[in-house]
Amino acid sequence: MNRFPPWKYALLIIALGFGILYALPNLFGDDPAVQVSSIRGFELEPDLVNRVETLLDSAEIEYDAIEFQPQRLLVRLDDTDRQTRAADLLRESLNDEDYVVALNLAPSTPEWLRALQAEPMVLGLDLQGGVHFLMQVDMDAARTQQLERFVGDIRTVLRQGNIRYRSVRLDRNEIIAELRSAEDRDRAIRLIERELEELVLEPRDGGETFNLRASIDEEILQELQQTALRQNITTLRNRVNELGVSEPIIQQQGAERIVVQLPGVQDTAEAKRVLGSTATIEYRGVDEQNDPFEANRTGRIPPQSRLYFMRDGSPILLSRTVIASGDNLVGAAAGFDQQSGQPNVVVTLDGVGARRMLEHTSENVGNRMAVVFIEHRPDTREVDGEEVQTTRRVEEVISAAVTREPFGRRFQTTGLGSATEATQLAMLLRAGALAAPMQIIEERTVGPSLGQDNIDQGFRSVIIGFALVLVLMAVYYKVFGLVANIALTANLVLIVALLSLLGATLTLPGIAGIVLTVGMAVDANVLIFERIKEELRNGNTPQAAIRAGYEKAFSTIADANVTTLIAAIVLFMFGTGPIKGFAVTLSLGIATSMFTAIVGTRGVVSLIYGRRKRVQALAI
Amino acid sequence: MDIIKTDTHINFMGQRKLALVISAIILAIGIASLFVRGVNFGLDFTGGTLIEVTYPAAPDLTELRDTLTGAGFDDFTVQTFGTATDIVVRMPADQGDASGADLSTQVLEALSETTPDIDLRRVEFVGPQVGQELAEQGGLALLYAIIGILLYVSFRFQWRFAVGAVAALIHDVLVVVGILSLFQVNFDLTVVAAILAVIGYSLNDTIVVYDRLRENFRVKRKGTPLELCNLSINQMLGRTVMTSLTTLLVLIALFYFGGEIIHAFAFTLIAGVIVGTYSSIFIAGTAAIMLGISKQDLMPVAKEGADQPDQETEVLPERFRRGGA
Repeated sequence: MNRFPPWKYALLIIALGFGILYALPNLFGDDPAVQVSSIRGFELEPDLVNRVETLLDSAEIEYDAIEFQPQRLLVRLDDTDRQTRAADLLRESLNDEDYVVALNLAPSTPEWLRALQAEPMVLGLDLQGGVHFLMQVDMDAARTQQLERFVGDIRTVLRQGNIRYRSVRLDRNEIIAELRSAEDRDRAIRLIERELEELVLEPRDGGETFNLRASIDEEILQELQQTALRQNITTLRNRVNELGVSEPIIQQQGAERIVVQLPGVQDTAEAKRVLGSTATIEYRGVDEQNDPFEANRTGRIPPQSRLYFMRDGSPILLSRTVIASGDNLVGAAAGFDQQSGQPNVVVTLDGVGARRMLEHTSENVGNRMAVVFIEHRPDTREVDGEEVQTTRRVEEVISAAVTREPFGRRFQTTGLGSATEATQLAMLLRAGALAAPMQIIEERTVGPSLGQDNIDQGFRSVIIGFALVLVLMAVYYKVFGLVANIALTANLVLIVALLSLLGATLTLPGIAGIVLTVGMAVDANVLIFERIKEELRNGNTPQAAIRAGYEKAFSTIADANVTTLIAAIVLFMFGTGPIKGFAVTLSLGIATSMFTAIVGTRGVVSLIYGRRKRVQALAI
Repeated sequence: MDIIKTDTHINFMGQRKLALVISAIILAIGIASLFVRGVNFGLDFTGGTLIEVTYPAAPDLTELRDTLTGAGFDDFTVQTFGTATDIVVRMPADQGDASGADLSTQVLEALSETTPDIDLRRVEFVGPQVGQELAEQGGLALLYAIIGILLYVSFRFQWRFAVGAVAALIHDVLVVVGILSLFQVNFDLTVVAAILAVIGYSLNDTIVVYDRLRENFRVKRKGTPLELCNLSINQMLGRTVMTSLTTLLVLIALFYFGGEIIHAFAFTLIAGVIVGTYSSIFIAGTAAIMLGISKQDLMPVAKEGADQPDQETEVLPERFRRGGA
């Protein structure tokens, strides 16, 4: 007799129940949906729901549900026709207000499953279609940019300290300052060390001059490069939001690369243009002499000024002269004012910007200074019935604050409503400056038709391969084959459940991994069954043969699977993208198949043969 | 019903010299092909641009080429992909002054000028530095997988088995790469993944035979290593064939129904499974014998013997329960 301890049955039932529960969301499919999010990733206001509701109701577009999250608002609809109509409607009325309206497919997982964190598998770009870009950040250029800024800074420091110099210039990765005397140089070192802590200074004598070599401290350089990379990511994120992609991925990869994945985007030319497009900022003085409302109403704008609009729509007159622009911006960070404790944004400018800023602020204490955010947004317009792609220059004033005292290189903006507003302003300022040039070094685009084909063919091959194995096992091992088939099915359910639970991305190679696992998962059962047959041939009773078969095959199965697992783990460590997907499904498949093929089949076999006192023959 | 006769007594080891000769010939052909024809490295490793488009009706390839030449491209290949309406344009990474990423856009524009309703299937662009990195990573992955496996098998069995297993494995990889070269299969990242899976599979097969060999060395009192080796292979033959069969079934399904993109991957694995099965029968045992494996090497020493009591304790409660019932 082969009895199976109750706790093992309990374990099997729990595992299977868990598997079915978490694999379930994959059966429900998707709802067509329209997604509304903030163009710059800000949190949405809850009353947006009412606005969207009113808009949809007045246009008589029926919808299933509106789901609100701070990051996005989702309108679920019945069919794609309503989806397009709703999207067009919302785009028309919301796009001008910093919202992105995007088509999306929302998984129609029932509420009770979502409450259990049960979500369907995420499909990779090769299955749902989309664009993958790998961008290389040119760190050498970033370093040169930084050095150029310091050249200006050193000149300013020397001038402010009344130290006369022959030249300050860039020499590959260093700055060389030529001074006239050793005393000048000593003073210069003291001053620069105090003002520009990031620099490492080294005095060195030239032929007739007293030279000073300055380079960026290695640690600080790395920090600067890391900051540059993060800043580029922020900028990219802002630009990608312009595209109206429902779930973009923008991540750092390695020390100097950025991955951009845009599911569902088919027009790669547009995507490339937007990623390469530039946003920038400008600091301008506010014209306090004239009334902006008057100018807006009459259209008579004073000659030295230009009419702008604040984000809330109110007009403002700004000077035609630009004090500093995004190119001069070194950094912008949100924080709190040390004296008042109010939220603030600390801005750092480069040498040129600092000098002009100092000039302007010295003469304009008590006046306001404004920051204008300028970007080129892609725009689709209908001209004579044809869609034409254009870019539209959008300018808006994101902040206008009173200058309290003259300042130059570093200054802070206070009087902001909240810490969130400070963070937003800092982010906008940073978005205006791309810290280092970037280049696309890898692109993989999959069109929607190929994506769908990949899904269809992938699933077809899983089903056909699976069916073939089921038939072969049933024919060859009879009752035991059927038991193995139950285990194989359970295995498939468990793999899908784990993939869904881990939030792993399913790719075409991932499906191949599942197919391969199906073929190899029966190996454990084949090993056990062959051993049972052998034990029977050696004259053992059926019950003893079953027991010996399971026990003796175990270490073989373990050894065989561990070696495959090693290969899979190596694959995971070295693979990128889709290959990782293959490694993940293969590893998961190995783990789950060990469980279902050993514990699972043993349980079922015990149910069939375990309780009988005497078993004459095994159907194997 | 036994499709495969389970209780076989085939003298595999007797054929080991013949098997070695066959392997040597296949390897020689493969290596010769590697030198003469080389490996048809795909875009992932060479870098370059690939554009796949579907035409509403089968286009004339010569016309297509003329269109592209007319648009100012000179170094490209145009081929059908799977069906006559599917066209693939390949280009090397450096193409005049156009930067790599813009190239695909220009090609697509040129193509849609003559036929506006083409459907873009995919674009792949891999910059030269990325291609080189991917090649390095692929090579490293193979190396680390082999080292990891060598260590595990040495730890679980004995170094002679580890060397034998790795010999079988290298044999398999070489033969498979030789076949890929012979058929000029497009060698891309998925093929590297397939080769790693072949390594895992081939090893799986070899380990199963070794495992039985170890057991027979310990249990059987009579028999030379050669005889025991033969016995072990015969005992595991049913399993070896059955598992290979199920794996091949799903791979064939993948090959025929998985679509063009997964073709090379499935092909590599099919070749690998067949070669792996052959090597686990003919090469793995032979290698261990040639390295002079003996009973003494596998007598349970203190460390390995620790496995045994574990198995016993698992059996005991069952017996007690039977007594109680």
